[in-house]
Amino acid sequence: MKDQSPIHPPRWATRLLSWYCKPALLEDLQGDLNEYFQRNIKSRGIRKAKLIYVIDVFKFFRLYTIRKPGFVNLLINWMMLGSYIKTSGRNIVRNKLFSAINIVGMAVSMSVGLLMISILSDLFSYDDFHEKKDRIYRITTMTESTGQPAIELASTSIKAGKKIQEIISLTEDLTILRNNFSKDAHIGNKAIPVSGHWADASFFKVFTFPLMKGNAVTALKEPYSIVLTDKAAKKLFGDADAYGKQIVFDSVNYSVTGVIKDVPKFSHIQFEVLVSFSTLEINKASDFDGDFLSWKSIFSNYVYFTIPHNGNIETVQANLGQLCAKENQALINQKITLSLQALKTIAIGKHLANQIGPNMVNVVVWILAGLTFIVILSACFNYTNLSIARAIRRAKEVGIRKVIGAFKSQVLMQFICESVLISLLALCLSSGLFFFLREQFISLNPHIEELITLNISLKVVLAFLIFAVLVGVMSGFLPALFFSHINIIQVLKGSSSLKVFRHLNLRKALIVTQYSFSLIFITTTFVGYVQYKNFLAFDLGFKTENILNLYLQGNKANLIEKELLEIPEVSKVSKSLMISSLGSLYGETVKYLDPQDSVGAFCNIIDENYLPIHEHQLLAGRNFIPHAGKLETEVIVNEALLKRFNIGGKDPVKALGEAIEFGKKKLTIVGVLKDFHYGTAMDKIEPFAFRYSTDNFRYVNVKVNSTDWPATLEHIEKAWKKVDHVHPLDAKFYANDIENAYSQFSIMVKVIGFLAFLAICISSMGLFGMVVFTAETKLKEISIRKVLGATEGNLIYLLSRGFLFLLILSAAIALPLTYLVFDRLILRNIAYHVPVGLLELFSGFVIVGAIAFLMIGSQTLKVARTNPAEVLKNE
Amino acid sequence: MKGTNVGEFEELVLLTIAALFDEAYSVGICDELERQTKRSVKLGVVHSVLHRLEEKGLVKSKLGEATQTRGGKRKRYYSITSAGKAAVLRSKEVRDQLWNMIPEFSLKRI
Repeated sequence: MKDQSPIHPPRWATRLLSWYCKPALLEDLQGDLNEYFQRNIKSRGIRKAKLIYVIDVFKFFRLYTIRKPGFVNLLINWMMLGSYIKTSGRNIVRNKLFSAINIVGMAVSMSVGLLMISILSDLFSYDDFHEKKDRIYRITTMTESTGQPAIELASTSIKAGKKIQEIISLTEDLTILRNNFSKDAHIGNKAIPVSGHWADASFFKVFTFPLMKGNAVTALKEPYSIVLTDKAAKKLFGDADAYGKQIVFDSVNYSVTGVIKDVPKFSHIQFEVLVSFSTLEINKASDFDGDFLSWKSIFSNYVYFTIPHNGNIETVQANLGQLCAKENQALINQKITLSLQALKTIAIGKHLANQIGPNMVNVVVWILAGLTFIVILSACFNYTNLSIARAIRRAKEVGIRKVIGAFKSQVLMQFICESVLISLLALCLSSGLFFFLREQFISLNPHIEELITLNISLKVVLAFLIFAVLVGVMSGFLPALFFSHINIIQVLKGSSSLKVFRHLNLRKALIVTQYSFSLIFITTTFVGYVQYKNFLAFDLGFKTENILNLYLQGNKANLIEKELLEIPEVSKVSKSLMISSLGSLYGETVKYLDPQDSVGAFCNIIDENYLPIHEHQLLAGRNFIPHAGKLETEVIVNEALLKRFNIGGKDPVKALGEAIEFGKKKLTIVGVLKDFHYGTAMDKIEPFAFRYSTDNFRYVNVKVNSTDWPATLEHIEKAWKKVDHVHPLDAKFYANDIENAYSQFSIMVKVIGFLAFLAICISSMGLFGMVVFTAETKLKEISIRKVLGATEGNLIYLLSRGFLFLLILSAAIALPLTYLVFDRLILRNIAYHVPVGLLELFSGFVIVGAIAFLMIGSQTLKVARTNPAEVLKNE
Repeated sequence: MKGTNVGEFEELVLLTIAALFDEAYSVGICDELERQTKRSVKLGVVHSVLHRLEEKGLVKSKLGEATQTRGGKRKRYYSITSAGKAAVLRSKEVRDQLWNMIPEFSLKRI
């Protein structure tokens, strides 16, 4: 039987085989596989035969078939390294413009990469100092109430901790922490505020905080014991030995039973003092969030434990499941689930509410890392693009090297060497940029400063070097591959026959990718900025102008109110438990007629002046009337609460006088407010209520009418000093508070904006290089066209239309994509957002287009204006 | 040294090489084994066995002519060496001895 058109096995598989196989075995193997292949075509069809061939190629990858690396080759490559570096250096110097574009572009993008590396290195070094770091786990809690989204908390209940200690024998040591110990330490007649946590006796067994003084086993055992950090000890006692001394908190004596070394910066638990947990246990009556030991009080306690070396984490988790199932039986409409979190995933891990210390959500980190990677990739593209474009000039060199006897691998090595050299040069430049960026980044937000230091260590420097080499290899690989495959005969016969423009499509694709990313970045920045501005200028449903919020820090509200009202610029003062619209919430279960139907409503505790100062709009009813000492009887609710329970047929007037059950109290509705935004713009408006009280306040809201703000603030500070001379005044304007609440957005906008700037710079530089190159190679063509009568306009159009087309193509990819991502994904999660407008969508494109046009135009104009006689007479 | 012993499959391959005489190349051996043993024989396995046998010095090989079906690649023909011959003979001897030792009735009872 004759084969008209012989079917070949997959080419790449054959190549792979000949790449890895020993030359002595190769021919035989290839022949056998081919024979089988032909046989399989007949019996099983072409596709199956190809598949089997590929599988067989992989199957033959065995120890005895693999080619051993040639030692001689290695040696030669090593000896040639000097030559490579020398030629690379000469090349860099010869093509100053291209080298500059490459080095600057790489340096700029690498500086961001360096920043990212140091951030990651900081984040991953969190909690590294604990000796048992791989065996420490934290209990996290998820609470689900019917009809409400589940909340995941980093905290848990004390009961959970105790139960686990009792029933689960799989844990080694377990410690319970309770947060927010914040009191004034009285020593002699000094009062110094300190803060920290309550911790039980096994705290030092689980965590590694070395004690300088005191016994680790007993330090936190007895009630009224306190352990200080070295810094806190110096703060309280100066240079005197703190150990064994007495400190008075709220007129109770505490004795210092230990002094530990300062808490390392990279610890997710930060504190100045630790107070023995047993202190709390003997005082448990004075607890504020319900029953101290209840299964439901899951908001302020943290449980950490270690598992034994051979411990199994799945068994512990299974036991936790059983425990939850048992305890949840007693709950109505609520479900609490406990799970485990490894210590190393706390500082950089999933988003949990009630974190005990600094934490970064891993998704954010990976998104930022991804964006950085794109910017770096963009700079690599530039290098790839420009190097391949310049191939015509280097081709002869490569041809001669090959004639003399260079292998493909050696040419490959040479070009990778060159790109690594460039990236190392770029590293020098980018290190300088890095130090500048670092300052900028850290000062973006106080939280960042709290989280990371970005100090340089040997490990980080090493990472930088490896990173630079990687970038070099990544950007140099494609050009190197291109050069190593150059056909000697073609190159040496005459340069014109070399197909420089063969890889045009690849280069076009690279440019389009670069510009698409640049456009996505800049459009995201604009859209994000518009949203951010919208959040700030949002109509909250109440007024915030000229309102100053004072944090009471435990002082009596009435005293400060009295002092404040004496200042002439202060027009009104009100008091509240919390401040609306900043994202912090406080809630209580609410019931109406049906005892089975309850809902968690958010509430705020205020005095009678609060509503007028904030100009809340009452739809019906009245404000609270001041009454001292009496029991709480009244409540003012929002429209959403009426709708939820269908009180008075949703009619505000009819709803007045209806009684609703708040926790265990029955309260009468005396007023209905128009819906307003008590949460951030992310949340929908849910049932909300204002309750009245004469104490329990944490903030004082001061309405100020002033023309001289510094003087007024000074007056307020003086008034504060009269009441509290320990704590500094903590007062913020409402507008600034709101700005802080959305600071994550402003940071995101700034960071992405910066990346957009970089991406645009880099892709513009790349485009510039390409335009210069194209203009140079087409110089003769243009001269001839000019001689034949083309106008400058014609020529500019001719040269630039290709690039403009690419630009429009990338806009066609980037803009709809950005729009869809925002419209369908991101903005969906924000309850009150403005739709994406055309202006912000296209302004980025206009800017990028203008820059690109300027570059293309200037270069082509330069070429179009050259005197054709000058160019043509050279031949 | 393990070189003096041959495994079961190695023995089969050795015997096949001897049986095929002039036509003993990898694919041919593979086919013949499949025909004789009635079990599927993988080319990769035969290859590695041939390689091992050659290392042990039990077979030797030379390259033959190229054919169309092999994509212009030459066949590698194997032939058995005297050491190989000795190895098969010895294993046959061992088997024969053992067979002779078996009492008549011992297999009949099963």
